[in-house]
Amino acid sequence: MSPAAEEHAILDPALAKPFPQAVLPVLRNPQLRKNVAHAIDVIQGKRAKLVAEKADWQELRTAAAAIRSHALDNLGFYLEQFEARCTVAGGHVHWAADAAEARQIILDLLRQEGASEVIKIKTMTSAEIQLNPFLEASGVRTYETDLAEIILQLGDQEPSHIVVPALHINRAQVREIFARKMGLENLSDDPKELTNAARTYLRRKFLDVPTAISGANFLIAESGGVAVVESEGNGRMCLTLPKTMITLAGIEKVLPRFQDLEVMLQLLARSATGERMNPYTSLWTGVAPGDGPQNFHVVLLDNGRSSILARPTHRQTLKCIRCAACMNTCPVYRQTGGHAYGSVYPGPIGAILTPQLAEMHHAQSLPFASSLCGACYEVCPVKINIPEVLLELRSEVVNQERKQVGRIFDPMYLGLRMANVLFSKAWIFHTAQWFGRIGLRFFTGKDGWIHWLPSVGGKWTQTRDLRGLPSQTFHGWWASRPKEGK
Amino acid sequence: MRASLFITCYNDTLYPETGRAVVRLLERLGVELDFNSKQTCCGQMHANTGFRAEAFSQAKRLVRLYQDTETIVVPSSSCVAMIRDQYPTLIHELGNAELQSQFTALLPRIYELSEFLIDKLGVDDVGAYFPHRVTYHASCHGVRALHLGQRPFRLLGKVRGLRYLELPNIDRCCGFGGTFSVKNAEVSSAMLAVKLQDVVATGAEYCTALDNSCLMHLGGAMHRQYAGMKTIHMAQILASTETSPVEVTA
Repeated sequence: MSPAAEEHAILDPALAKPFPQAVLPVLRNPQLRKNVAHAIDVIQGKRAKLVAEKADWQELRTAAAAIRSHALDNLGFYLEQFEARCTVAGGHVHWAADAAEARQIILDLLRQEGASEVIKIKTMTSAEIQLNPFLEASGVRTYETDLAEIILQLGDQEPSHIVVPALHINRAQVREIFARKMGLENLSDDPKELTNAARTYLRRKFLDVPTAISGANFLIAESGGVAVVESEGNGRMCLTLPKTMITLAGIEKVLPRFQDLEVMLQLLARSATGERMNPYTSLWTGVAPGDGPQNFHVVLLDNGRSSILARPTHRQTLKCIRCAACMNTCPVYRQTGGHAYGSVYPGPIGAILTPQLAEMHHAQSLPFASSLCGACYEVCPVKINIPEVLLELRSEVVNQERKQVGRIFDPMYLGLRMANVLFSKAWIFHTAQWFGRIGLRFFTGKDGWIHWLPSVGGKWTQTRDLRGLPSQTFHGWWASRPKEGK
Repeated sequence: MRASLFITCYNDTLYPETGRAVVRLLERLGVELDFNSKQTCCGQMHANTGFRAEAFSQAKRLVRLYQDTETIVVPSSSCVAMIRDQYPTLIHELGNAELQSQFTALLPRIYELSEFLIDKLGVDDVGAYFPHRVTYHASCHGVRALHLGQRPFRLLGKVRGLRYLELPNIDRCCGFGGTFSVKNAEVSSAMLAVKLQDVVATGAEYCTALDNSCLMHLGGAMHRQYAGMKTIHMAQILASTETSPVEVTA
């Protein structure tokens, strides 16, 4: 079957191809593009309807942006407060500077428990630190419990979206994966049958595996509590049945007060899935005797976040609440899906977050993977000015690259450097226009249009024509006007 | 009313007919128009491609060039967005107090064409006549940076003979994005294909916009695909009258 044979996406920015090359297999896969466009159009349609019914949507965004900014501006204080309150409530807080440390902490905790299996609530942060492959290699079997994550895990595929990770896979493909991996040859692609198959598969794991790993949507500083929102109830199962719960969370996830959830939850569900309220919102604080997990650990992950925090324009990246509205609205993501970004964080937020995270410095093509249309900023519930950060990162990439000797003859660099000279004086610009007009005549057809250009220009003419340069510029026309005509 | 025209580098070079139309339109409305022949570029291409050092020099140059000018009209929404959204950071980073105060004084005097007509001149009926089916692409910068809102529709609504056809997904990017169109040519083209489907499906004869960069992208694909429709900057529609119809171009 073709879906299984699909080439494996590499979500390691150090190894993934640059974006312009990584998109090519996707653009040649009409089924994948159809799946992606259909899925995000549905979500965006639902979102737009629900946002329209909130008269105070812009005020909510302003409030959320202020809450997140305040939390980040005082992150040290709130993290320590979280640690103190969580500890008092019976939890254990661990600090991980990078991915390797976080993986080791989690493995050590699992070994203390003598765990050979672990069930997981969907957490993109664990994908960021490549937790599953590490645990599997260390002899701990991991079982994803979110439906989309099960599909990916069984299908040996990578997430292409942060809220609906299997967005690129359609029903027929899910059927194929389940039939193959669960040994259900007669399975149909009826959604009810598919969910039933997953439910049967999962129920045993929920009852048998006493150790769970979760992410966190929010950490509440004042109470030391953790919040997870989800749609399927798998999270609720993982939060109640196991004996031990390990929560992995980026340090930026902290909110100062419990009351801040009022703002966040209104925005998150609407932005993420186009729902007024997500079906399950679980909140827990430390350990409650006789109720839920009796061993509770929180692993706080830095992995480059403090260096993002230290830079004023970049800091807003950390306001993100992972709703994915930016990717759902992004005209680039709509064409490419998530795998082309070579990171667990795709789309506009991925294009700014990925290059900034530790161990992810190879993602230099990502800040350029945007037409700067601004749709992401417009929908962002916490008002991250993604285009602004993209521009900041672009200039950093250019500042690094322009020092390389090879760039001297790079047509893009050469062209832009020359353009700078041309624009410095009107007479140089006007002379260049004249030369350009003469030069382009060689490429201009009888119809007055250019159909083929060499070098970088060929990137334009591979799908588009260009009208030949008119014989008179505007300033030339203006100068030739009879003065009394004014 | 006096105003000075910042034509922008690519309109000057590639679309002089748009500039001529702006002149015709504004002079018809009694504006005394001026053109500073020293102008070149706002620096958008450099800034958006990450060439900040170069963008600095364009920004400095533009602010100094227009420091004594009363009102500036720009028939390009993305260039105005560059000045409004990116100049503040650039100028701030330069840390030159004199330049900063010149820029602060200049900023409110810069108008995109539809802003100038509606906000400054207070007209939406410019006496235009354009007997064609027209659809309007609300360019990204026009919608999300300048928040042009109803301005373009008010102007088009008053053009006699014009039949406006609504464009589905009107605010979705055409995929141009400046150097994005060549750095990520394949994705850009895929976005363009989707946009063009919407545009062609309207059945319009012309697709208009307030930014020739989107129109260059759309028009380039229309021509390549024999789409049977053309692009036209809104200034040319608004300049067109019964006695003196729009200039026919290539």
